[in-house]
Amino acid sequence: MNAGRRVSYYEASARTRVARLADEASFTEFCPPAQRLTSPHLALLGAPLAFDDGVVVGRARLAGMPVLIAAQEGKFNGGAVGEVHGAKIRGLLDRALNEASSERPAAVLLLVDSGGVRLHEANAGLIAISEIMRAVLRVQAAGIPVFALVGGSCGAFGGMGIVTRLCNEVIVSELGRIGLSGPEVIETVKGVEEFDSKDRPLIWRVTGGKLRRTLGEATRLVDDDVAAFRAVVAERLAAESVQPAHSAPVASLASLQAAQQKLAARLARFSTTRDGLEIWGAAGFADPAGVPLLTTASFNQQLGEAA
Amino acid sequence: MSASEISGISDMALFDRLFGAGRHAIAIDGLFLKGSAMIGGGEVAVIGTRQHAAVDAPLALAIGGAVLDVVAADQAGRTAPRAIVFLVDTQGQALARRDELLGLNGYFAHVAQCVDLARRSGHRIVTVIDGEAVSGGFLAFGLLADRICALPGAQVRVMDLRAMARVTKIPLERLSELAKASPVFAPGAENYWRMGAIHEIWRDDESWSERLAQALSAAGSESASGDTRAALGLQRGGRQLAAGIAQRMVAA
Repeated sequence: MNAGRRVSYYEASARTRVARLADEASFTEFCPPAQRLTSPHLALLGAPLAFDDGVVVGRARLAGMPVLIAAQEGKFNGGAVGEVHGAKIRGLLDRALNEASSERPAAVLLLVDSGGVRLHEANAGLIAISEIMRAVLRVQAAGIPVFALVGGSCGAFGGMGIVTRLCNEVIVSELGRIGLSGPEVIETVKGVEEFDSKDRPLIWRVTGGKLRRTLGEATRLVDDDVAAFRAVVAERLAAESVQPAHSAPVASLASLQAAQQKLAARLARFSTTRDGLEIWGAAGFADPAGVPLLTTASFNQQLGEAA
Repeated sequence: MSASEISGISDMALFDRLFGAGRHAIAIDGLFLKGSAMIGGGEVAVIGTRQHAAVDAPLALAIGGAVLDVVAADQAGRTAPRAIVFLVDTQGQALARRDELLGLNGYFAHVAQCVDLARRSGHRIVTVIDGEAVSGGFLAFGLLADRICALPGAQVRVMDLRAMARVTKIPLERLSELAKASPVFAPGAENYWRMGAIHEIWRDDESWSERLAQALSAAGSESASGDTRAALGLQRGGRQLAAGIAQRMVAA
């Protein structure tokens, strides 16, 4: 149900996102905070702990269909992935394949809000992300789609940016950012002239939801409203139930050859481009400079007309 | 410092040690290499990066395209899927606004999907780390192999301790002290071995071609049993929690 006032996805905590996204009172958390799954590595360094290590995982129903959900909490260590945090997500994905312990989910939802590897336990985090990547690919190979939802303050960066892009659907809000290296890292290493991390409008023109949607790196752009994310997930789940594997969970040689050509064409066309304005112009937006100001509805409409 | 730098050997000498002189035909194109080689009586495909490459969108496309070509050629030729050897030497992902704008994470995910297709199509995949294996550049392809081997002197890390101290605001002295006991954050192939993400570290005084042949046979069973790295990390004592916690999510 979850009717009522709009809840900003960007502002909401991971728990609120899950509660509002799922059918009312349908969410069951695995290893909830009472079980105190904290990171011993953070403890050793004297860093703050979280009883869920910054990620909420469990099962729920969405529009009546069974789903597994992992939601990263961007307000804890930037949603970064450590050993425990990463193993919770990897285990959730394993669960999707283990029909003995669970009902086969219609999809696995990853609510990504993360800067990537948690540096306090960097090796464990990097390996965990590799394990998550392989687990996503295994789940997809079993015909179960994985959806990424991106609209939190940390976006989807580092290895979690790669995980996001492996997903069958990437649903992003205008405020969502997706990439590999954040602007701060690029500025620190390459200088402010390469990427000014204080230039907020530039950051959104390079990594933001509208740019990612235009490139096809995100599959849907929605309003910053948990209900809007929910509506798109429900729509995709309904499409899957009518026509299983509608979103082609598993890549084939032909689909990857097509993807290779598409990525090569993008690189050739924009090999010297450094600002999303040029990409919006090339995509056919009449007023590229005005794209950041467009409402989601007019953006989607104009993108549709441009396509 | 790569193994080839330590021993002062060229790419050609490295290929000779891995495959035997006259048993490889590997073309070098800037920071990228690809070709074929013999291991035992069988032909393998060789794909890799060199000279501490920063992996950018063009290099990611070269790797992904080379993997797809191997899969396509073996399907078209109706031959048994060849094994693929990744030679990894990367300082990480390229740091550039252009590459971020184009969606470098998406190019890397594409590479991962190509590697996964190769695995599902029956190609065994072995990584040999020569030089550096760092962060995103390692995630994109080397870390996805069935079996991962490090040459002596190989450097494996996310970030060096100095930078880590700056970002985490924990004094360098404290990090260096803790790193002696914990493999969890400090650079080093040994740490990744203890955590289960590197299967074997080779010595300089042994036959690398024999080790590679053994790794290739082992890769078949790794591939069949899925991702066993967490279990390996538990067994070696470097990653005590991951396997059990993942299992708790399945059993919950």
